[in-house]
Amino acid sequence: MSCSHNKKMDLKKKKKKLYWAHIWMHGTPSICQLRLILYILHVCSVISRFTPEILRKGIHGDTMTENGCEYRERVLTMDTMNPNVKRVEYAVRGPIVQRAVQIERELKMGIKKPFTEVIRANIGDCHAMGQKPITFFRQVLALCSYPDLLEDGKFPEDAKSRARRILQACGGGSLGAYSTSQGIEMIRQDIARYIERRDGGITCDPDNIYLSTGASDAIVTMLKLLVSGEGMSRTGVMISIPQYPLYSATLAELGAVQISYYLDEDNCWSLDISELRRALQEAKKHCSPRALCIINPGNPTGQVQSRQCIEGVIRFAAAEKLFLMADEVYQDNVYADGCKFHSFKKVLFEMGLEYSEKVELASFHSTSKCYMGECGFRGGYMEVVNLDPEVKVQLTKLVSVRLCPPVPGQALLDVVVNPPQPDEPSYDTFIKERTDTLATLAEKANMTQEILNQVPGIKCNPVQGAMYTFPRIHLPPKAILEAKEKEQTPDMFYCMKLLEETGICLVPGSGFGQRDGTYHFRMTILPPKEKLKIVLAKIKEFHQHFMAQYS
Amino acid sequence: MMSENGALPLRGKVLTVDTMNANVKKVDYAVRGPIVQRAVQIEKELKEGVKKPFEEVIKANIGDAHAMGQRPITFFRQVMALCTYPQLLDDNKFPEDAKNRARRILQSCGGNSIGAYTTSQGIDCVRHDVANYIQRRDGGIPSDPDNIYLTTGASDGIVTILKLLTAGEGRTRTGVMISIPQYPLYSASIAELGAVQINYYLNEEKCWSLDISELQRSLQAAREHCDPRVLCIINPGNPTGQVQSRQCIEDVIRFAVKENLFLMADEVYQDNVYAEGCEFHSFKKVLFEMGPEYSSKVELASFHSTSKCYMGECGFRGGYMEVINMDPEVKAQLTKLVSVRLCPPAPGQALMDLVVNSPQPGEPSYQTFIKERTDVLSALAEKAKLTEEILNTVPGISCNPVQGAMYSFPRITLPERAINEAKAKGQAPDMFYCMKLLEETGICLVPGSGFGQREGTYHFRMTILPPTDKLKIMLNKLKEFHQKFTQQYS
Repeated sequence: MSCSHNKKMDLKKKKKKLYWAHIWMHGTPSICQLRLILYILHVCSVISRFTPEILRKGIHGDTMTENGCEYRERVLTMDTMNPNVKRVEYAVRGPIVQRAVQIERELKMGIKKPFTEVIRANIGDCHAMGQKPITFFRQVLALCSYPDLLEDGKFPEDAKSRARRILQACGGGSLGAYSTSQGIEMIRQDIARYIERRDGGITCDPDNIYLSTGASDAIVTMLKLLVSGEGMSRTGVMISIPQYPLYSATLAELGAVQISYYLDEDNCWSLDISELRRALQEAKKHCSPRALCIINPGNPTGQVQSRQCIEGVIRFAAAEKLFLMADEVYQDNVYADGCKFHSFKKVLFEMGLEYSEKVELASFHSTSKCYMGECGFRGGYMEVVNLDPEVKVQLTKLVSVRLCPPVPGQALLDVVVNPPQPDEPSYDTFIKERTDTLATLAEKANMTQEILNQVPGIKCNPVQGAMYTFPRIHLPPKAILEAKEKEQTPDMFYCMKLLEETGICLVPGSGFGQRDGTYHFRMTILPPKEKLKIVLAKIKEFHQHFMAQYS
Repeated sequence: MMSENGALPLRGKVLTVDTMNANVKKVDYAVRGPIVQRAVQIEKELKEGVKKPFEEVIKANIGDAHAMGQRPITFFRQVMALCTYPQLLDDNKFPEDAKNRARRILQSCGGNSIGAYTTSQGIDCVRHDVANYIQRRDGGIPSDPDNIYLTTGASDGIVTILKLLTAGEGRTRTGVMISIPQYPLYSASIAELGAVQINYYLNEEKCWSLDISELQRSLQAAREHCDPRVLCIINPGNPTGQVQSRQCIEDVIRFAVKENLFLMADEVYQDNVYAEGCEFHSFKKVLFEMGPEYSSKVELASFHSTSKCYMGECGFRGGYMEVINMDPEVKAQLTKLVSVRLCPPAPGQALMDLVVNSPQPGEPSYQTFIKERTDVLSALAEKAKLTEEILNTVPGISCNPVQGAMYSFPRITLPERAINEAKAKGQAPDMFYCMKLLEETGICLVPGSGFGQREGTYHFRMTILPPTDKLKIMLNKLKEFHQKFTQQYS
């Protein structure tokens, strides 16, 4: 009977609770004490086995309130919840950020701190850091939201015509209607044309475009499709280390096997094919590697991959039969001289039919990064290339369960891929706003690297692209020891101290993964220039102080 | 796909139906299934000038109010426009209450922009407003903003809670009790998560009501092969349109306590109650009115959204859930889990805020707001009645009253010959019926088999959303079709 099985489980839980309660009260038990506990538990379990049903109900039955006990065992507890969810970790919004929120509240309540505000350099959230939205985008969205404004003389004609066109493609002419699950068809066509322009004319089929709720949504969906098998045949997914923790979190949730390949910090976080090979060979011993994820430009590492490197990756994927996932959400964020963004799709097709007909690729883009920084709208898309037609049907079915991606996000994406043209009234303003944002980011990327590299014990690769710096920090052995005593990773210890002393909120490198014995943090380059200078100066000062304190 | 020298073996795809996630293959979602795909195709054919016995496809398959011509609430859209393009705050065309709402929302957004990420649980001020709204709705029973999670439509919240609850293997695998007929999000999510679906049947003879004895029966049967841990209720019902009595809700709660089940209450149609003598009772309210013996024990998650009721703002994907008595450690896990997806869409959150914090008496937009809301709801009530009445005049169609929600789920009698022909085609008989209806009349419905039904019975789901005139035409076409169909196959 499943009933008696449940009872056994209950008892196991009780044993565990008693044990921890004991430790709580008396500290770590000696062997003697342990034996005593085990004996008591044994007696209990023997008694319970022979106790009549009614008595047992009294011990751990359902309704304990009447006789003074307070709790009924909950249905959903740490012991009974989805074990994969427990394994999920997402450092970008982890304990450091939770503490930052707390500190903000404390500041509001008037508690004195050595700083007056928390600076959140933990997440690529441009608008929160003061970046202004692109006027044209917001005009079109306002018009779509409240079409009465189409009669308003204040809005430029190009904004109005974009809005009319979007609304015509919506059910009932309303942004409030569901769209098809794959995304509004007209928008998918606009995206396809945008990709064609970007990739120098290589064709793109709107049927291969799926709109999504931010890029994250699409990445999770593709990984979900790819995960199968058990034990040795369980899907393995190769991700870079350091990585964006969406990947590790999703793999944990799906119960897939994470295969880590390390980026080469000494070579500006570049990707070595030999390292891919090493990671793959090792993984083949315990799982079935089937997908290779690339983030380019890199998050958190900010490198921009060369064309040469991308070709190498594609050859590797073809030879090893790996499904390629290219996270290209930072495609407009390239700052360093001599660096250029190359899309995987373009390189793949330029390598000839031998590759372009073979390699299965999904690439991802979003409205949240680049010069737009419209994270809140959760707009995004993916393009799938060479996806098996039957699997595509399954994909379409799967996304239909969630009905559709948010329509305002879809509309926003449409204006991103279909921005004002040279002969349109909003063109000049649009270009100016875009250029200003990107130029400022480039300047801040440079400044961050320069200032951090002046600090003894901090070493920072150039921020070639994206929105982050991921400097290596040298931590004294005494600090590492103290961190270990506190059961914190050393860089978490460092970042937590930084937060408490300066109000600067960063994410420790351990949240992204790093080579054993090395320590890093991720910091966005997004704060306004003046503020960023102050942040960098404070970090410098903190680091020096920290080094002095622990050496 | 051989390479040039022809010597290399074929390179099969990495991802094929044989190698893909097996659970995903099991997922079915009829509301957007083959019928709807065919409808889209037919629309394209009509555009290309292909002749059909009709001029347009009427999509009565999905609760998509705006697509069916319902107008958005003016106030909501004004505030959304103001939030999106704050320069409009200087425009005197907008009423002051709309501007105030927009300012308040923007102040709680990072950088005062709706383009910033929000906290993963949802904007603080929106969660507070949601809690106040629930408290008002439930006659003062307190609601804690920390128990509110904003979501990407209600679906997102439902999937997240089911995900948390799914554990175990074999006989200890989580079983989830869902009504039959059900909204297929449930069966689809259960399939995807690899949980066990436990069916309990609603009583069609008693206006799709819920029998506790049937819950008991299905639970007993399920215990043989899984670990039943969750009971899902949709009230008002989708696709069945029933509204649960207070008595029934109390019984469900007692059952959940007795059997140690986590309760999930899908209450997205809470404003859509039309029948006289029917009233919406939230599970939360009933639970707390049953006293601490229940209210301190039962774990409950209830769901709401911006997509239904009088708003019908499906495209914004706004929603929330309230969790009650959730283990604090599990709540921390829930917060962590939702953080991976960063945040629900901020425009949907803003819209949710307006729904729970609508214009008040004394504010300039109040009159218009009330008029718009009342008009929408009374038109729906009228259409609910009309649908039931007309369908029940057709011999071979029998339809329960549409007490609430947005759908009718009538039972259709199909002739033996039609059933045989369907089976010969490998189709469910009601799929065969709906497909024929679509081809001949352009009306797009969802066959009952997509929602589940008792063996040997056949139904379809039809929304009551088309404008009254169109709805009348549609119902008459349906009547005509059914008579012809019955004749043809008898």
